[in-house]
Amino acid sequence: MAKKTANGLKQDKDPARPLLNLKKRRRPGEIVIQSLLFFTGFFSIFTTISIVYELGKEAWLFFRTPAVNLLEFLTGTKWQPHIEEFGILPLATATLVTTAIAMAIAIPLGLAAAIYLSEYASKKMRNTLKPILEVLAGIPTIVYGYFALTFVTPLLRSVFGNDIVEIYNTGSAGLVMGILILPLIASISEDALNAVPRALREAAYGLGATKLEVAVKIVLPAALSGIAAAVILGISRAIGETMIVAVAAGAGPNFTLNPFKAAETMTGHIVRISGGDLSYDSIDYNSIFAIGLMLFFLTLTLNIISQRFVRRFREVYE
Amino acid sequence: MTEINYVFETHGLNIFYGNFLAVADVNINIPRHKITAIIGPSGCGKSTLLRAFNRMNELVPDTHIHGEVLFEGQNLYEKSVDPVEVRYRIGMVFQKPNPFPKSIYENVAWAARIHGHKGNMDELVESSLRQAALWDEVKDILHSSGLAISGGQQQRLCIARAIAVKPEVILMDEPASALDPIATLKIEELMQELKQKYTIVIVTHNMQQAARVSDHTAMMMLNGGATRSGTVIEFDETNKIFTRPTDKRTEDYVTGRFG
Ligand SMILES: Nc1ncnc2c1ncn2[C@@H]1O[C@H](COP(=O)(O)OP(=O)(O)OP(=O)(O)O)[C@@H](O)[C@H]1O
Ligand SMILES: [Mg+2]
Repeated sequence: MAKKTANGLKQDKDPARPLLNLKKRRRPGEIVIQSLLFFTGFFSIFTTISIVYELGKEAWLFFRTPAVNLLEFLTGTKWQPHIEEFGILPLATATLVTTAIAMAIAIPLGLAAAIYLSEYASKKMRNTLKPILEVLAGIPTIVYGYFALTFVTPLLRSVFGNDIVEIYNTGSAGLVMGILILPLIASISEDALNAVPRALREAAYGLGATKLEVAVKIVLPAALSGIAAAVILGISRAIGETMIVAVAAGAGPNFTLNPFKAAETMTGHIVRISGGDLSYDSIDYNSIFAIGLMLFFLTLTLNIISQRFVRRFREVYE
Repeated sequence: MTEINYVFETHGLNIFYGNFLAVADVNINIPRHKITAIIGPSGCGKSTLLRAFNRMNELVPDTHIHGEVLFEGQNLYEKSVDPVEVRYRIGMVFQKPNPFPKSIYENVAWAARIHGHKGNMDELVESSLRQAALWDEVKDILHSSGLAISGGQQQRLCIARAIAVKPEVILMDEPASALDPIATLKIEELMQELKQKYTIVIVTHNMQQAARVSDHTAMMMLNGGATRSGTVIEFDETNKIFTRPTDKRTEDYVTGRFG
């Protein structure tokens, strides 16, 4: 059979031409690895779903009791289980205060450290400092907790006065939490800054930009999505941080925004209540799952917001 | 006062990466408002030499130079000279187009803004894009990303960006090597326009391109010594380099007989 092709040449089907072997081959190794990867991915999703399910189930028991209603739970300013007052605001404000203080420390200092490491430090300096920073992030949080209670709190009291600063206070817990989270933000942001192509920096330097202009106006915006990820991770860590607040922030719900007063955060409350002798199926017991569920939604919302934010503002450099 | 005809003069210029002498003993004068091409085989130090003209090399740790690079009669490597000022006056276009991940408008305006440009920014952006022969193609998409255009357009955007700060010299390191012949031709035509106002130094691998666009050509080659350093073996009018070179190695190279 001769067929004309576009360039006018004839294409013959040669009956004598041996067929090349193009058959699909079996690659058992690929299949094993692929399924293994699939299962690890699947397993983490499965775990998350189970946690949410467990939280939701117990929280449902809590919200179902007649003494509780959702509106009061979300807007009530008293959390006193023994008189059946379940308003989450005092716990939420304490979490808010400690988190806000922590991030006010960790974001600017962490970013500054990241910029220094990636744009200013010599290679040798960077290779020494970064591991140290990462070790800092590995110190057990209980140590940070006692650092807050026995060092930062006395310091705050001597600066602002003993009558203003209580022995347990959210401020000192927040400050120390900021120090704890700083290396996390610095390290992840530094990775993001470092990943910005050299060509972009050279372009800016070639136009007569200073080091600072290159770092802040070119590299930083280009790394924004990675930095936002670092910040979100930091905030989630701050919201979920338990040991520092349990030790230093106070052991009783207190509806206040004053960082010098004692107040109990959501996590602090959970850990204190579950440390005591609670009977299963009591309303107190179920209430901590409701708080847990709140924490979960809080971090989820943050993640969604940050994704929106990143999609909107990031500069895609590839 | 007589006008100095040379924008750059190098005296005994040696450029090191750490202990490695990459470029040895270069003595050339780059004439004003002309296009000077630097040609030579890969690895002979063309980019290194080019980047010595605006102190870009020192962004690589451990580089240093011996000798002098005079820019308008002043040694660029004098202690008191600020590399930021140097790069402000001597612009650069790179081998791979590297627009900022910002809008087309912002790509052009960015440097002018950090240098405190006082005039009308819209006008500056338009005139720079016009000079780079890109205006008609992007005037309706000024606010889309500088990365959302073709490679050839991106490279002209980078040229517009360099022009916007009104430099005296534009250094180009193989500016067309990543482009197709039509985009290359556009860049070459553009260079002929630009040399009315700017001095251009271009590194190229493409012999025809050097022959077509440049007025003077510096031929670089490894000097054959144990250090494997590159140097300028011949520097003359392009015409002469391509038709009557004095050095046998130049002749072999430009006629394609270089092994
Ligand atoms: N950052 C660096 N560190 C160490 N050595 C370098 C560095 N950059 C270049 N070199 C070396 O310097 C020499 C000259 O390199 P250069 O990039 O200037 O060559 P070139 O002529 O531009 O080559 P090409 O045509 O491939 O671009 C080469 O031997 C190269 O290995
Ligand atoms: Mg090169």
